[in-house]
Amino acid sequence: MSMKSFFGKVLVIVASLSSIAAAQANTLEDIQQRHLIRIAVPQDFPPFGSVGLDMQPQGIDIDMANYIAKQLDVKLQLVPVTSANRIPYLQTHKVDLVISSLGKNPEREKAIDFSKAYAPFFLGVFGEKDIPVHDAADLANKTVGVTRGAIEDLELTKIAPKSTTIQRFEDNNTTLSAYLSGQVNLIATGNLVAANIAKRDPSHAPVSKFVLKNSPCYIGMMKNEPALKAKVNELISKALKDGTLNKISLKWLKAPLPKGFGE
Amino acid sequence: MLDFAALLPYSHVFIHGLITTVEISLLATVLGLVLGVTFAVARQYGATWLSRVVNVYVELIRNTPFIVQLFFIFFGLPSIGFKLSAWEAGTIAMVVNLAAYSTEIIRAGLASTPKGQWEAGKVLGLSFKQTLFRVVIIPAIEKIYPALTSQCIIVMLGSAVLSQISVQDLTYAANFVQSRNFRSFESYLVTAFLYLFLAILMRKAFNLIGKRLFSYRAER
Repeated sequence: MSMKSFFGKVLVIVASLSSIAAAQANTLEDIQQRHLIRIAVPQDFPPFGSVGLDMQPQGIDIDMANYIAKQLDVKLQLVPVTSANRIPYLQTHKVDLVISSLGKNPEREKAIDFSKAYAPFFLGVFGEKDIPVHDAADLANKTVGVTRGAIEDLELTKIAPKSTTIQRFEDNNTTLSAYLSGQVNLIATGNLVAANIAKRDPSHAPVSKFVLKNSPCYIGMMKNEPALKAKVNELISKALKDGTLNKISLKWLKAPLPKGFGE
Repeated sequence: MLDFAALLPYSHVFIHGLITTVEISLLATVLGLVLGVTFAVARQYGATWLSRVVNVYVELIRNTPFIVQLFFIFFGLPSIGFKLSAWEAGTIAMVVNLAAYSTEIIRAGLASTPKGQWEAGKVLGLSFKQTLFRVVIIPAIEKIYPALTSQCIIVMLGSAVLSQISVQDLTYAANFVQSRNFRSFESYLVTAFLYLFLAILMRKAFNLIGKRLFSYRAER
């Protein structure tokens, strides 16, 4: 075989391969045809996904996956993933959707598509129910506990009024102890941590006062899937409207969806 | 590359931390030593029950870690309705700690007082109290003065732990600065030197006080 004809053949093969890839995939149709949806979920990240006492997966992401499968009227196959391999699983077509507490960032947006937000994930200021704090200015002359050097510390330091006393603790657990022992009655932390306190000590459940930094969770899917994306977004909007999302949030995060969620 | 200039914008944090450390250490040293002398006298010459109570206190504090005592006061006591600010909790923990150690040190000084001193007081018609405060106590403290000085310096250096309950002392300042500009080498080195400076200053002060306190020797 001459060198020229070899390269010619390679070119033909490459061209045909790329034409396959360029053809618009329709995963939604595939899902409905095989009557099965494969969804990547976490198994080591409560309350989003973990293994329950009955050895069954449980959490926000599992509830969400069940909801999507039920609405599409197809069977559900949960595929456990780690946070490092959830996007590769999607890119290699091992799963149809990733519901795995996935946050948005520019780099990920280059690789995959995102739905609307389905679960809240944010850093904020939390405190006892009856403390009248609604924004940073309300923190004047108040004391707020925070873990030193954490992102919430940096954000809070930026926006807190001069008269606010910021008590910085060594690590998350010390900050929690300070709140639970009543040494501080406002803390800046993540909503997951707040949910954890609410679970441990419901009488002192910290209520979200305002958001410092918002990074909600989205459902991830392959690019160039307009039909699938539209359908998933439609289902999320429906779940937001009929209260399904709020119910999931109440169940796992012990708090309703934050105001303005999904807008 | 080392960059000590990166610490300059935070100099007020270090100064504030230094002042807090000096404040708390000074208060803890004075109160701790006063309590130490009181407890040592109670332990050595008090009634049996009093001596036992002091002994339990001393052993309890000397055989538990300082940080546990501190956490107990700051995080534990609020659950029985006794809430203190971080500053108060830190100061009290240091006083309680130093008082226990100095009790034991001063008691050793008292115990080593020759019987003859007490007998001398007695034949001169001095009461127990007069003998104790005019004859016995100063030489007793003089004997253990170096150990006492070291213990006070150890407690001052131990105040670094107070940063764990958010007392804004020198170590807190170092941690804070380090968490903002990530210059750990520089900020901890500067902090170490500040502690060294404080320790040397404290030893000098103790020596000066010692000279006045034990001046009866020079006068002779």
